Amino acid sequence: MPVLEGTELRIVGFLCNWCSYGGADTAGVGRFKQPTDLRIIRVPCSGRIDPLFIVKAMMNGADGVLVSGCHPRDCHYSEGNFYARRRLEIIEKFLPILGYEPERFAYTWVSASEGQRWQEVVTSFTDQIHKLGPAPKILGPQASDTLSVMEAAL
Amino acid sequence: MKIGVFVCHCGSNIEATVDTAAVAAAARQFPGVAFATDTMYTCSEPGQDEIVAAIKEHNLGGVVVASCTPRMHEQTFRRTVERAGLNRYLFEMANIREHVSWIGKDREANTNKSIDLVRMATEKLTHNRPLYSKKFDINKRVLVIGGGVAGIQAALDCADGGLEVVMVEKTSTIGGKMAKLDKTFPTVDCSSCILGPRMVDVAQHPNITLYAYSEIEEINGYVGNFEIKVKKKATYVDWDLCTGCGICMEKCPSKKATDFFNEGIGKTTAINIPFPQAIPKKAKIDPAFCTKLTKGKCGVCAKVCPSGCINYEMQDEFITEKVGAIVTATGFDLFDWSVYGEYGGGRYPDVITGLQYERMLSASGPTGGHIKRPSDGKEPKNIVFIQCVGSRDKSVGRPYCTGFCCMYTAKQAILTKDHLPESQSYVFYMDIRAIGKLYDEFTRRAMEEYDTKYIRGRVSMIYPKGDKLLVRGADTLMGSQVEVDADLVVLAVGAEAAAGASKLAEKLRISYDTYGFYMEGHPKLKPVETNTAGVYLAGACQGPKDIPSSVAQGSAAAAKVLGLFSKDQLESDPQVSIVDIKRCIGCGKCIKTCPYGAIKETELRGMVKADVIETICQGCGICTSTCPQGAVQLQHFTDNQILSEVNALCQF
Amino acid sequence: MNTSLNYAYYPGCSSTGTSIEYDMSSRAVCAALDIQLNDVPDWSCCGSTPAHTVDHTLSSALSARNLDQVASMGLDSCITPCPSCLANLKTAKHRMEDAGFRDKVNNLLDKPANTQVGTKSVLQILVEDYGVENIKKKVVKPLTGRAVGAYYGCILNRPAELMQFDDREHPMAMDNIMEALGATVVAFPLKVECCGASFGIPRKDLVMRLSGKLLDTAKGIGAMALVTACPLCQMNLDMRQAQVNNANDSHHDMPIFYFTQLMGLALGLTEKELGIDKLCVSPRTVLDAMASEQSVKERAA
Repeated sequence: MPVLEGTELRIVGFLCNWCSYGGADTAGVGRFKQPTDLRIIRVPCSGRIDPLFIVKAMMNGADGVLVSGCHPRDCHYSEGNFYARRRLEIIEKFLPILGYEPERFAYTWVSASEGQRWQEVVTSFTDQIHKLGPAPKILGPQASDTLSVMEAAL
Repeated sequence: MKIGVFVCHCGSNIEATVDTAAVAAAARQFPGVAFATDTMYTCSEPGQDEIVAAIKEHNLGGVVVASCTPRMHEQTFRRTVERAGLNRYLFEMANIREHVSWIGKDREANTNKSIDLVRMATEKLTHNRPLYSKKFDINKRVLVIGGGVAGIQAALDCADGGLEVVMVEKTSTIGGKMAKLDKTFPTVDCSSCILGPRMVDVAQHPNITLYAYSEIEEINGYVGNFEIKVKKKATYVDWDLCTGCGICMEKCPSKKATDFFNEGIGKTTAINIPFPQAIPKKAKIDPAFCTKLTKGKCGVCAKVCPSGCINYEMQDEFITEKVGAIVTATGFDLFDWSVYGEYGGGRYPDVITGLQYERMLSASGPTGGHIKRPSDGKEPKNIVFIQCVGSRDKSVGRPYCTGFCCMYTAKQAILTKDHLPESQSYVFYMDIRAIGKLYDEFTRRAMEEYDTKYIRGRVSMIYPKGDKLLVRGADTLMGSQVEVDADLVVLAVGAEAAAGASKLAEKLRISYDTYGFYMEGHPKLKPVETNTAGVYLAGACQGPKDIPSSVAQGSAAAAKVLGLFSKDQLESDPQVSIVDIKRCIGCGKCIKTCPYGAIKETELRGMVKADVIETICQGCGICTSTCPQGAVQLQHFTDNQILSEVNALCQF
Repeated sequence: MNTSLNYAYYPGCSSTGTSIEYDMSSRAVCAALDIQLNDVPDWSCCGSTPAHTVDHTLSSALSARNLDQVASMGLDSCITPCPSCLANLKTAKHRMEDAGFRDKVNNLLDKPANTQVGTKSVLQILVEDYGVENIKKKVVKPLTGRAVGAYYGCILNRPAELMQFDDREHPMAMDNIMEALGATVVAFPLKVECCGASFGIPRKDLVMRLSGKLLDTAKGIGAMALVTACPLCQMNLDMRQAQVNNANDSHHDMPIFYFTQLMGLALGLTEKELGIDKLCVSPRTVLDAMASEQSVKERAA
């Protein structure tokens, strides 16, 4: 099903299982109201996130990508979020080269107890994406060919 | 794969804001979905039976449940599909409660979002493969961090259950906060008479190794096989020789050392045994106050010690212990009340904390059980107790209720009357929270039999007037101002997370809340577990707790450890990384990044390859994102599985 | 030493009447310390009593107009000796951060007000910008031999979130200055108590009680004089001291100085410049005692 035309944009979230996914759960338990655009993909650790996931999400039509992990030093796997931080810093600089505004991507740290903070993160990131509007899409009859060429290049 | 989709109403929790029938209907259109329905309570017995029946009837190869967070019921449903003969990893969950129905009321948007989440789960499921656990050996020893009453209970229960226990205590004696108390509520029996024998049991138990005056330096490993580095801090006294005779304390000329055990009421000697019932009853030197260690002059203790155990050259020592489980019982500390300028911010010596008052009440305390004003040593007549100091107060960042202060204040008011029959106690309170067996009756007794004046309201100011303290507050029931000429003011200071709690949490790889209290696995169903397998919680480190609750949690943690160790081998989580030998080029990057050392180098026909030790791998997937070849893949979270979710979302 | 201190100066209405000696001494002290004061042109009421009790918009409009006047001077900060003015100027600025409120206020004014200018008290800039250590260096006649208590009143540093100055329960700014001037400072426990403030007209009995308590406490701890930084506090304790004595059957004879007056004396200024003669309770005994203590010391030296 497409996003709700005119009201929603496509926002993909990659959240680590231990902190941020838990934080999003805590926000739910606390009934902290949030915009509905975000769809969350659960990964064990922010260190599991391959920057290509973010690029592929954007190429395939996401309007924004949000990544969230444990606070530095609090990683369930000791150091996964440090690896993540290096990769995410680089991908942030790489997105404009692909033609995407860097503001379409954000990464943050939210712990399992920070439901309120999660609400703030989702709300402000969704606002940010809505201000930018839909991302440029690869459309038309050659879209699938273009995508496979890009895919191969990656 | 034929997939079955079950969309849960969760009563009205989901159904109220998500059209579950529409979600199920949409799911029926997804490729591979052979069966889809909405059910009232999927986790209930009939709900689970429905899944089992559907798997059999429709010959399903995988199941998606759209309900609550997988952190809640993923394990439940994995067992369900297993009962129907499927591999437990041929199951996915879509979180349409915490991430959808509870965070918005727009039914259309929620339904639409739920359909998306179900599609993602379905797509991922088509890429799932059956996974099988391996067994691994475990070390049936347990580490207890903290020697307060919760840690003591956990240690004794484990030791009595036949386990070897290693206890690490930060200070030079076990006993924790309870050892500092004079009496306990609501029975007003002597704290050290209850705790003392338990402390002795710890010292004498053949299964318990006690490291006092020690701290956790490093924790490595995983459930069943932890490796702990313990720092034994230098005591400058050889404890193997020390008999605890106390002659050194009598002769030590440095008598101005801070008395931590007595909460700074009075002073102690630079070499000291904290209190007569200390376990272990061994002396230690406080290097900040010892003139031999600071200035190189003195050496009296070495001269008088009959067993020759003083060693000024002693260094910190590091010991490695191997255990299979960890019970964390690090307790709490008192809030720093000096932020309350209205109570004098620490300027008035006759404004003290409840714990200091306990030491004053204690017969083995610095005043020998006599209540004296710190300023002039006089017996007080009017004593004012102020509750909720650093509790239920947003303005100082402590909005939570410590929970036990109402009770200990009532106890102290009763004891005050016992000690000083002519005295009058006043208690300024916000609400009385006496939820516990015989608790409310106890606070009533303080009011009715001991004539304690309870005033509902906050104190706005304390200031000296002559040799008294004028306490001004509000009586919100009378709607009036109250002024009391007090001789002594006792603050019921609330609890906060122990100093250093967050640092230890980092070593244990467990989560803590905004205030530094450790997070339990589930607020209702996993009160002593953490999200790290093999690490359990006991006592106030998880949140402020009174003695009975701490003891109960200590026993509960011990029960969990005993349960864990009831098997000789544990099943490993099969969500681990595996190496595709054909793609591996032997670059070794994964070996460098693995936080657990779970990947080793092997040789295959003369070529270097990586190899994952499955029982050590914890499934973080850092190696998978590091591998330039995509050769290492984390099972259940492979590139293909995650990208299938991305594609399910984005190509519409 | 920082000699480039330069502020817009908002005297406030008390300075032209009951607290003219506060204004005189503040100006004299600043001049002696090379702090440049520039009078706000065409200043008007800050909107404090009575406007602030009946109409917040009007009250803030009055303050906003004054702040706008400061902005037009090209200066970025404004100082005032009066805590009441200070509170109102700060409150107006704070309230006008809300767009809705700002519009309502601007509707009352000829032109939209620029309220970006920050306001501080004379006391605050002396302590924070000039520095107690630097004040100490300028002392030529130390205030030796007499015990003074510092009384701040209830609004000089509260609400803390708005005033952003000193401790809300236990301020020390004036204590530190007095100590730097060589005075013996007694710890006055009721530093931030209410003197009765503007109840002087509708409920004089309250002022008698509250100011009476302040004077009793000051005497109890051995203070020979109090220093204040607030025209209203000073008036209640000084001008009404005889009334307080009558009402409470007490016999206080305690001089109530503005802290700037004692500063001026220590900096070597004359009593006339500092308006010492404007005080109701005669400070003669205290000042003579200080002078004789000084001459004893000088002779000894």
